[in-house]
Amino acid sequence: MRVLMFGWEFPPHITGGLGTACYGLTKGLKSIPGTEIIFVVPKLWGDEDKRSVELVGAGDIPVLQRIETTQQYFREDSFSNNVAQQTFDEQLYSIDQLYDHVTFVEIASLLSPYLSPEYFEQIIKEKKLERSKVAITKEGKLVYRENGVVKYVTVDYNESFGVDDFGRYTFSGTYGPNLMTEVANYAKVAPRIASNYTFDIIHAHDWLCYPAGVAAKKISGKPLVIHVHATEFDRSGESVNQPVYDIERYGMENADRIITVSNLTRNIVIEKYGIDPDKVFTVYNAVEPDMSERKKETKKIDDKIVTFLGRVTFQKGPDYFIEAAFRVLKRMDGVRFVMAGSGDMLKRMIDRAAELNISDRFHFTNFLKSDDVKRMFDISDVYVMPSVSEPFGISPLEAMRANVPVIISKQSGVAELLEHAVKVDYWDIDAMADAIYGILNYKALSEVFKKYGRKEVDDLQWENAAHHVHKVYLSAL
Amino acid sequence: MRTICLYFQVHQPFRLKRYRFFEIGHDHNYYDEYANYSILRKIADKCYLPANQIIYDLIQKHGKKFKITFSLSGSVIDQFEKYTPDVLESFKRLAKTGCVEFLSETYAHSLSSLKSKTEFFEQVHAHAEKIKQHFGSTPTAFRNTELVYSDYIGEMVSELGFKVMLTEGAKHVLGWKSPNYMYYSANNKKLKMLLKNFRLSDDIAFRFSNKAWEGWPLTAEKFVDWLNIADPKEEVINLFMDYETFGEHQWAESGIFEFLKSFPDTVFKNSDFTFHTPSELADLMQPVAPIHVPYPISWADEERDLTAWLGNELQDEAFENLYNLEPIVKKCNDPALLKDWTYLQASDHFYYMCTKFFSDGDVHSYFNPYDSPYDAFINYMNVLSDFTIRLKKAAENSLGDMTPDSPEEIASLIDKYQLEIQKLKEKMESKKTKAIDKTKKQPAAIDKTKKQPVPIDITKKEPEKLMPHSEDKKKPAQKKEAKPSTPKPKKKKE
Repeated sequence: MRVLMFGWEFPPHITGGLGTACYGLTKGLKSIPGTEIIFVVPKLWGDEDKRSVELVGAGDIPVLQRIETTQQYFREDSFSNNVAQQTFDEQLYSIDQLYDHVTFVEIASLLSPYLSPEYFEQIIKEKKLERSKVAITKEGKLVYRENGVVKYVTVDYNESFGVDDFGRYTFSGTYGPNLMTEVANYAKVAPRIASNYTFDIIHAHDWLCYPAGVAAKKISGKPLVIHVHATEFDRSGESVNQPVYDIERYGMENADRIITVSNLTRNIVIEKYGIDPDKVFTVYNAVEPDMSERKKETKKIDDKIVTFLGRVTFQKGPDYFIEAAFRVLKRMDGVRFVMAGSGDMLKRMIDRAAELNISDRFHFTNFLKSDDVKRMFDISDVYVMPSVSEPFGISPLEAMRANVPVIISKQSGVAELLEHAVKVDYWDIDAMADAIYGILNYKALSEVFKKYGRKEVDDLQWENAAHHVHKVYLSAL
Repeated sequence: MRTICLYFQVHQPFRLKRYRFFEIGHDHNYYDEYANYSILRKIADKCYLPANQIIYDLIQKHGKKFKITFSLSGSVIDQFEKYTPDVLESFKRLAKTGCVEFLSETYAHSLSSLKSKTEFFEQVHAHAEKIKQHFGSTPTAFRNTELVYSDYIGEMVSELGFKVMLTEGAKHVLGWKSPNYMYYSANNKKLKMLLKNFRLSDDIAFRFSNKAWEGWPLTAEKFVDWLNIADPKEEVINLFMDYETFGEHQWAESGIFEFLKSFPDTVFKNSDFTFHTPSELADLMQPVAPIHVPYPISWADEERDLTAWLGNELQDEAFENLYNLEPIVKKCNDPALLKDWTYLQASDHFYYMCTKFFSDGDVHSYFNPYDSPYDAFINYMNVLSDFTIRLKKAAENSLGDMTPDSPEEIASLIDKYQLEIQKLKEKMESKKTKAIDKTKKQPAAIDKTKKQPVPIDITKKEPEKLMPHSEDKKKPAQKKEAKPSTPKPKKKKE
């Protein structure tokens, strides 16, 4: 079976858990005889590990000559038509109004060749037009009034696409400010890639790749499996970003099978996106064994170390960690807390630690590179993951692999899977503090965690996860 | 003669409340009163009361022909006294019929037999006293917590003067032998052993309402037919189970009470079996062979061993820590501490820490207040930490009660106390002189006007108010007086 897999990143160029999970999964799938993977990422750096996959960079594929065809496919697609209609239903749109819909326009430009916002700006600048007096027509023409005369600007669509001289898109392959455009462009390249390769099934990871997956499905007619590593609800709580939600839902509705990383996520997909439960399957992630032969870091102080490791954002619950730390520090000496990571809540956390007067025992490391993460685990006595919402949560597994006892929130997908971990509600700082204190003070607890936890993690093999994924493939064929 | 020995276990632990580490040293109340009350009330209404009524009616109907045996742990009796006196009364009413035997066990439903002979003996004695107090007779047959038994425990039990003991008819102990005979303890011929017929017992206790079981639905007729299949030479069928089987483990809707009601009738009608209690059987029957049990067995799980309570690191650490305190507990001899010490020994606490049933913890999750064994362990250890602190404090305060082991120790104790007394005396002297100054101000000095000299009352106030006022304002007068005075007389004794 040949799998066309769309991802966003691939080791060693990874910033989040997505790349690690994709890598592990592809390696696992490779162990199933007859399985081959064509792995597509927006940008290739050239130093990726190509042992288990055939890697394709979307940025290396010229698309210009295919635009006619792809346009056709997009036009037939009901979603793009809907979006187009929503945006261009009115005969005339003022530019300001248009910019209220700016993200929509971007999606629209992804699915049908209308103007990109950047291109508008460019034209407005060139013609020295007043923004409020410019509008666009249903056909996507730019229209403005000059000395009482209505004039049209004919748009060069190819230019508006922003491809280079070879007809290729430029991708940063990151999560930068042009993310939406890149997602759109990725989807525009996908049909081209889909027609260049033969495969039996399409597998797209997370919303960034759903449009690409759907596009590939439309052109090839092959079944689409989407893999939900996280949803917009995990990222933003209840204040969801509507365009992202729409893309997610679009991907889910067009998918033949959906793989979620936990039942927690599965329920979100079913309830918040209104998806038929029969096509949604949970496959838990695994963790790669640590093969590196690096020297284990040794702790240079006698104090015990309790670690939080992850983005310092609302979703990860860093504030609960600080409050729990405060409770523990009030009652015992010889313990230090470390918050390793960066994020939009970091400054507030630093302020809070100062306010609680625990800054001498509460340390911030900012973002840690993967080697430093390993070193951090080496010297940790407890790892805490107080996530408010965590579709899966791979880092507790990495901690357990490094023989560190873990405390995880019940609101994490990994809590469904793990037995040898203390599970608390993320908001229950008393329980969290109690568990930290218990592990630090009652010797047997950390011994048991080390003994059984390590084994539990070692038993979670990507081969097993891949086996489940493979079964989902078979059910979709 | 072929006979049936029906024995029901009645026990509820004092469950611990959620006890966080920051309460250590502050909060000395460990029990979840609400849970303990409401669970007991619920079981009383669903099981104890209706089942007792049925048994009472059966005894009225069949007279001395129907005999039944109970074992009530000390802690469940304490709970009856505290929460459901009606249940205690109904057991007393059963006791008065003369058809009921109450067994001996450890007061706390503890595993002390595996750890400390002295504690084990004390608990058995305390329990016997409790049974006598409520039911009028001292037990003569023994069953250990969870039917835990080994050759060594057998030795201790016969040393305690019991003639018969109950345990599990574990396959790995019996081998080809049948549990349906009287045996004797390998190390002590005088101790007779009754072994649970686990197949027939579990048919009622575990499988009764299981519709997937081939024996379902189980009626008294069917069960008596099974009894009749037994070899006619076999002597006794021991049906041992938790009393909560009736109405709680097996719900009333399953027909379990109807089964209980019709069981004696059917036995008398369809078979030649009689009913007897363990002590009666000890007099009536001769043992056929010894049983050798070098390693402890129990009635729990498939393994019939101790691993439900002991063996993983959590259980062992908690258990060790608990029993390490025994010498200090014994020396303190403080009633409040002794009570907690007893309740903390309940085997249930260790059961909650069992890690082997993560996947199928059916029985283990029964009334289990914890999410996981880790949760159970942390909570227990927090409580134990507080208990240890209290104990050590009490031990310091009552050092005089301790019997020193060597002359050197005595000498050092005397030195220590002489120094202490000297210090206290000096303190007293200085306080006295200070107090005289202070008392001058006292009548008016309750508020800010310190400087106002009011010398009138000095003489009257001095002896009474001197101590509490001058030394430490936080502590009540009584304690203050007790503290410096205790070491003095003690020291003289030595």
